[in-house]
Amino acid sequence: MTSMDFLMLTKGPLFQAALAIFAIGLVVRIVEILVLGRAHNYAEPRGNAVVGGLRTLYKRFHTDAGTFKAAPFDVVVGTIWHIGFIIALLLFIPHVELIESTLGIAWPALPNPVVDAITAITLLGLMAALVHRLMHPVKRFLSTPEDYLIWAVTFLVALTGYLAYHRVINPYPLGLGLHILAAEIFLVVLPFTKLTHIFTAFIARYYNGAIFGRKGVQS
Amino acid sequence: MVKSSATDTAPGSSNETTHPTPSAPEHRGPDTMTLGESLRRNGVSRRGFLKFCAATASMMALPPSMALAIAEALEQARRPSVIWLSFQECTGCTEALTRSFSPTVENLILDTISLDYHHTLQAAAGDAAEHAREQAMHANAGSYLVVVDGSLPGPKANPGYSTIAGISNYDMLMDTVKGAAAVVAVGTCATFGGLPKADPNPSGAVAVQDLIKGKPVINVSGCPPMPMVITGVLAQYLTFGKLPELDEYNRPLAFFGQSIHDRCYRRPFYDKGLFAESFDDEGAKKGWCLYRLGCKGPMTYNACATMKWNGGTSWPVESGAPCLGCSEPNFWDAGGFYEALSVPPGKSGDTLLAAGVAGAAVGAGVGLMARGKAKSAAKSHQTVTVDELEQQL
Amino acid sequence: MTEAVLTPGALAPEAPATGFSLERGLQALREEMDAPVASFFSSCVHCGMCATACPFYVETGDPKYTPIHKLEPMRILWENEFTLWGRLKTSVGLGRKVTDEMLEEWEPLLYDSCSMCGRCSMVCPVGNDLQYMIRKAREGMVASGHSPEGLIAASVRAVNTGSPMGLKWKTLDVQIKHVESSSGLEVPVDKQGVDYLVLLSSMEIINFPEYLEAITKIFAHAGVSWTLSQKCFEATNAGIQIGSKDIAAVLVQRVVGAAKELGVKNVISPECGHAYTAIRWEGPNAIRQAYPFKVFHIIEVLETLRAEGRIKTEGKETDRLSMHDPCNLARKSGVIRQQRNLMDLIAEDFVDLKEHGKLQWCCGAGGGVSSNERAEELKIAAFKKKKAQIEEVEPERMVTMCATCRTQLEEGLEEFTMDIPVVGLTELIADHLVEPDEPAAAPAEETKA
Repeated sequence: MTSMDFLMLTKGPLFQAALAIFAIGLVVRIVEILVLGRAHNYAEPRGNAVVGGLRTLYKRFHTDAGTFKAAPFDVVVGTIWHIGFIIALLLFIPHVELIESTLGIAWPALPNPVVDAITAITLLGLMAALVHRLMHPVKRFLSTPEDYLIWAVTFLVALTGYLAYHRVINPYPLGLGLHILAAEIFLVVLPFTKLTHIFTAFIARYYNGAIFGRKGVQS
Repeated sequence: MVKSSATDTAPGSSNETTHPTPSAPEHRGPDTMTLGESLRRNGVSRRGFLKFCAATASMMALPPSMALAIAEALEQARRPSVIWLSFQECTGCTEALTRSFSPTVENLILDTISLDYHHTLQAAAGDAAEHAREQAMHANAGSYLVVVDGSLPGPKANPGYSTIAGISNYDMLMDTVKGAAAVVAVGTCATFGGLPKADPNPSGAVAVQDLIKGKPVINVSGCPPMPMVITGVLAQYLTFGKLPELDEYNRPLAFFGQSIHDRCYRRPFYDKGLFAESFDDEGAKKGWCLYRLGCKGPMTYNACATMKWNGGTSWPVESGAPCLGCSEPNFWDAGGFYEALSVPPGKSGDTLLAAGVAGAAVGAGVGLMARGKAKSAAKSHQTVTVDELEQQL
Repeated sequence: MTEAVLTPGALAPEAPATGFSLERGLQALREEMDAPVASFFSSCVHCGMCATACPFYVETGDPKYTPIHKLEPMRILWENEFTLWGRLKTSVGLGRKVTDEMLEEWEPLLYDSCSMCGRCSMVCPVGNDLQYMIRKAREGMVASGHSPEGLIAASVRAVNTGSPMGLKWKTLDVQIKHVESSSGLEVPVDKQGVDYLVLLSSMEIINFPEYLEAITKIFAHAGVSWTLSQKCFEATNAGIQIGSKDIAAVLVQRVVGAAKELGVKNVISPECGHAYTAIRWEGPNAIRQAYPFKVFHIIEVLETLRAEGRIKTEGKETDRLSMHDPCNLARKSGVIRQQRNLMDLIAEDFVDLKEHGKLQWCCGAGGGVSSNERAEELKIAAFKKKKAQIEEVEPERMVTMCATCRTQLEEGLEEFTMDIPVVGLTELIADHLVEPDEPAAAPAEETKA
């Protein structure tokens, strides 16, 4: 197999397959959650559940001062690499082109050197996050093989992307193909692991905010 | 596209009087003549010849001091016999080579090789032409070069898709190659199958390298390939008497070692994130990067960006057209020419939608089952009574 | 979103007592699975942030007290039975199973080291409401026979005697007589058609009888018509703490019955945190019926009276006061501003703890921990977080509005030999009421009439 065959394979059939598995898997997960439903609540509400839910959906992006003091590393590093990953994913020109061709919607992108620098920071953040997971007693205690798997899957997407951009792996179709393959692994793994939090966290936040909001508490 | 860029500029730059003459057998010098003699006879000055050698040295990434060595070697080189086979092709490769630009050493080199068989260029026709081929094969057995342009129906395909003088392309190639020293596949059709092989490949086209075993095959890809690359490969073969260093596709690294992207003069715009978004926007006018207009430069390996076309006049990207990636395998099937490199072929949106709908159906199904489980658990709920608790004390 | 998946059989005819078992516990857990639970388990990335919010982890440093870890059996059941992927895994024999041994191992985690304070629910970055799930998980623990003895005993006493501490009306009656003689006011009992039915907690009756006197004075002062009920004076709900909606329903039903019988429009939950959440939020769901009356915490009632100008006070406390928000009242019920408005009324030098209101730290005794003798050591350990908070602002006294918190604060501060008395807010208000013979006292005559 030549590097171009590899690229065509990853860009063509593998991409479509990964996309299909991702979409089926993710939608199953989400529908499965929502269909379970909630019992009717007979208690008289103090506040509006929907407003509370939507509020928390956004508010959990912020960390309260006490928690920040208790876990500054988690907050800083976690925020940095999450934002970095999202920027690289959504604001890199080739990715915008890909999204436009798939979903038909596009948005402005960032200059390549900016995305490049952000990706480098993201990679460092991810490495720091791994070290922290291995060192921190609670994280190490909680961690399962799945946690390390999804770290690796996430890291590889960013790393191969970084290497492809810098054209470190030659020939380029091989480098690009590896990045696309890493992204496909990410897509395929996503619905079957806690990577689903990318989507379900917003459902969780909504429910949290709704449960508290109904009782008049801004969670 | 690339071919048209060559022909578009041809009227301005080509000069009828300096057109290479078809090397019909009667115009050839004696086979014993060296290349140097032949060149001088054709009026190429020593200065012009050395310039060519220097260019060749630099193309092959050799130190400038090698230019003299090349000159010396070429001076002494014997004119090799070349049999040029044209199969499923458009003659663009030959056109590019012959119409390239005003009197060039490359043209003269072609004049001075012993081009014993070439459909388009030879004067002979019919049986005489085929006899010329057989004759050259016999006379130069084991030492002649076979140049192929165009793909050909593979051994399992219907040979009727392409025949010459009643001989299938496959038979002619296999027969001709038997006594060859090496094979040079010229153009993307010959090297990778090209347009004929593009999906759905009705003629069962294959590339030359798919069929030749046990003989060196040098691929000079491109649609068309750069004339200087063709001659450069021949020059190198003549100079060093051996095949050049090749990449994974058997292309000479000297010409295919770097990507268009890496040598593109618009690269700084890519690095700065400045992109043309349509062919007539401000960015296009300012000469910004053409990535978003489908430029395949990042994955394409060729010498266009450094050697340019039509005597160094311009090249596709310079004229505002994105690189199509014509020197890469499967370039016809590698996504739309005007789609960004990152855009996958196929209808990703439809895949997503169909999979999403399927997921919703499956999700609703399993979700309802799970919900039923919770419900039936609630139905069969056994009330916790204080008596039960008391029993635990 | 759909409704009514969970139909607790609280009102179903009593099933024969077959005893608790693993399967019954799992069945109880299955009942508790709903969309929020599924979304929470789907979203956890094992970041461990919930641990930093948990006084039991923070003060012991033992990772097993990480809140999400306490839910592992429930998570396994959810994954195995409520996800397609999990069902596929179990069908080929992969994945862990919930066993009786596992539940036994988890019993101390779910009861001894969790006060259901809900602080973790506020900090989880993906938005998991862990406290919501702990409450549900306890249903499975009860039904599988893995609940702590202390809580079982409290539940049994609550159902059988009407009080988790085994207190009888006659004990309260003595208190009433005492309050009446010391205040010269009537403590109304079983009055029909009054505005408020007042509930008490056994702990108050025994440890803090000043509460009853305080509300008697305040209500007389503000002209509020109220009554106690002989049928049901207890507000606390051991069923909520042990985690049995069936037991909770029995206890809530008593309150509802008393309120209906007396025809009151409002029920007042005393200075007790969990009693308030039990009646206010869980009660209607336990009996699967909306109430024909409203439920208030005493602090809410006092704040309303204050806002209406019906509480006239004189003088202020001059020492430095700080306040402990009961989790159940503040974080879990949204009563945060009210107690501060009341403090402003009677305190000159009030300073809030740094983290208060919805982000306050638990005293360590809630969620049944204080009724669970086995958890004594952890309860004191968890208190250290509160102690550190108190040390930060150096108050001379602490004010709170929950008898359990108050007891824990008193015991804890004593344990660490800190001389900081703890008072109830209601008493503080009562101490500053202007003397009766003034106009504000007039409506009080009406209630007596």
